[in-house]
Amino acid sequence: MLVEALVLSAILFVIGTFGVLLRKNAIIIFLCIELQLNAVNLSFVAFSRFLGIDGQLFVFFVMTVAAAEAAVGLAIIISVFRHYEAVNVNNFNLLKW
Amino acid sequence: MTLDFVSRADFIWALLPEIVLSCWAMAILLVGVWEKERPGLPPRNLRLLAWLSVAGLAATAGVNGWLYGVSGTDASGMIALDSFRLFANWIFLLGAALTILVSLPYIAKQRLQAGEFYTLVLLATVGMMVMAGTRNLILLFLAIETMTISAYVLTAYHRADRRSAEAGLKYFILGAFSSAFLLYGIALTWGATGSVNLAEIAQTIEAGAGFTGLLMAGMALLGVGFAFKVGAVPFHMWAPDAYEGAPSPSTAFMAAAVKAASFAALLRVFLEAFPGLYEAWYPVMWWLAALTMLVANLIALSQSSVKRMLAYSSVAHGGYLLVGVTAANEFATASVLFYLLVYTIMTIGAFGIVMIVSGHGEERLQVDDYAGFGWQQPVLGVLLTIFLLALAGFPGTAGFMAKIFLLQGAVESQLWTLAILLALTTVVSYYYYLRVAWYMWMRSADAGEPAIPVVAPGIVRFTLIGSAAVMIYLGVLPGAVLEGAISAAEHFGVVAGEAFMGLAR
Repeated sequence: MLVEALVLSAILFVIGTFGVLLRKNAIIIFLCIELQLNAVNLSFVAFSRFLGIDGQLFVFFVMTVAAAEAAVGLAIIISVFRHYEAVNVNNFNLLKW
Repeated sequence: MTLDFVSRADFIWALLPEIVLSCWAMAILLVGVWEKERPGLPPRNLRLLAWLSVAGLAATAGVNGWLYGVSGTDASGMIALDSFRLFANWIFLLGAALTILVSLPYIAKQRLQAGEFYTLVLLATVGMMVMAGTRNLILLFLAIETMTISAYVLTAYHRADRRSAEAGLKYFILGAFSSAFLLYGIALTWGATGSVNLAEIAQTIEAGAGFTGLLMAGMALLGVGFAFKVGAVPFHMWAPDAYEGAPSPSTAFMAAAVKAASFAALLRVFLEAFPGLYEAWYPVMWWLAALTMLVANLIALSQSSVKRMLAYSSVAHGGYLLVGVTAANEFATASVLFYLLVYTIMTIGAFGIVMIVSGHGEERLQVDDYAGFGWQQPVLGVLLTIFLLALAGFPGTAGFMAKIFLLQGAVESQLWTLAILLALTTVVSYYYYLRVAWYMWMRSADAGEPAIPVVAPGIVRFTLIGSAAVMIYLGVLPGAVLEGAISAAEHFGVVAGEAFMGLAR
């Protein structure tokens, strides 16, 4: 049971990673990061079957942090949208090398 | 005073610096909203807010000094009561205070919301202090997020400027991405060892218990997360963009204090939890250090913007610091702490003058813009020259002594190649630092070009002169501060032991 859960969590994490690296829309990228965090949450819950209730507690911390991150991240995405009328990361060309 | 952590109050005493600073930050936020907003004008209570923030940092520093006299009976508790934490706290508090003082005219000119800005700086500082002081991986994650979420906002703070918004988005995406790796590493380490306490993890590894495969994967993911946070090549791509686009005070704060905090946490996690796996992580750190020094210094050579050059210089300094982390002996750890202190002062000093020169909309950032600046403003010119020489590691400045100590630490662990690379890349870096000084003193501004308008109140000049004086003082007499750093590093001892000597040969 533990192994299956860990493998699923790893697959989800990798999907999230590739999403961040390959997708161009800032909102989708942000959702992929959330997917990564939730993949980790799944690992925490799976481990907590054997290591005690701590893991479920950690999940609450992670959820709180993810909520704070979402608040700041979406605000930043809105402020970018005001300047560029788009949230596509390919459009940004002011800063490079 | 000795804390045994039987009564709840003991936890409050152990966490007093963090508690004081958190409460102070909330108070500043309240004072900040008291003032009515006047569109297009800086808040009337800007100076009051700045001085209140500095007073808060000073009060926290006082409590931090008091903690030196407090010892704990529990050597593996969640909150460390060791001098490593206290020494690191000095660096963060100093970085935050210097940032606030040198950025006063910048905040006024750019009409930024001062109350929130200072609150965010203080809250980020709280996060850093917890990062350096915790032995619990989950608390470490929360502390890192406290620091970086504040830093995201500071980066995107100049909402009217599209560079700032873009830099904020880049920093946010890569910062959150790296946090996910860090968190996955924490989860797997916990799964493998059954504990999130650094001391207990080390004991499990020492005893040979735990699941090796999971543990290795967890350590690798933690390593990737930290490599992003400290901006090591090839995980550095966010750093130059975020540093260049952010408002200059935020850049100074991020390049100095945020980086120092990441290194403090990196040292604590790898030296306290994973000393038993030194043979596994040392080659990775070795390559990160070598690549960072080489790549960052070479790219910095071709930069025409001073701010971006300083951003790459910050990445390059991360490479030098990684040499100290790789060496992992007591003296190397002490030299990393010493280097972080020196680096914080010289970076904020250099950015302080870049802020003054760049003007209202950050329009003068190119090297050409510095032509003749030294003769127009001799005091500021001399100060910038001192900071640049210190960054380059010129003999007679603190930057030189800091590099010598790092080299000594590397040699003690027989890291000859890294030591030679450090010396060579330092020589390469002379070119791009001294180029700015050369433009300042040896070039004259184009005919018809108006002189650079300078807004530098007395307090800014005083702060910069003080920082430059400390740079020269530590370059000549580093003894006392180095002693402090060595006693802070004692706790970690020698990680690179006999096993490692075999590897080096």
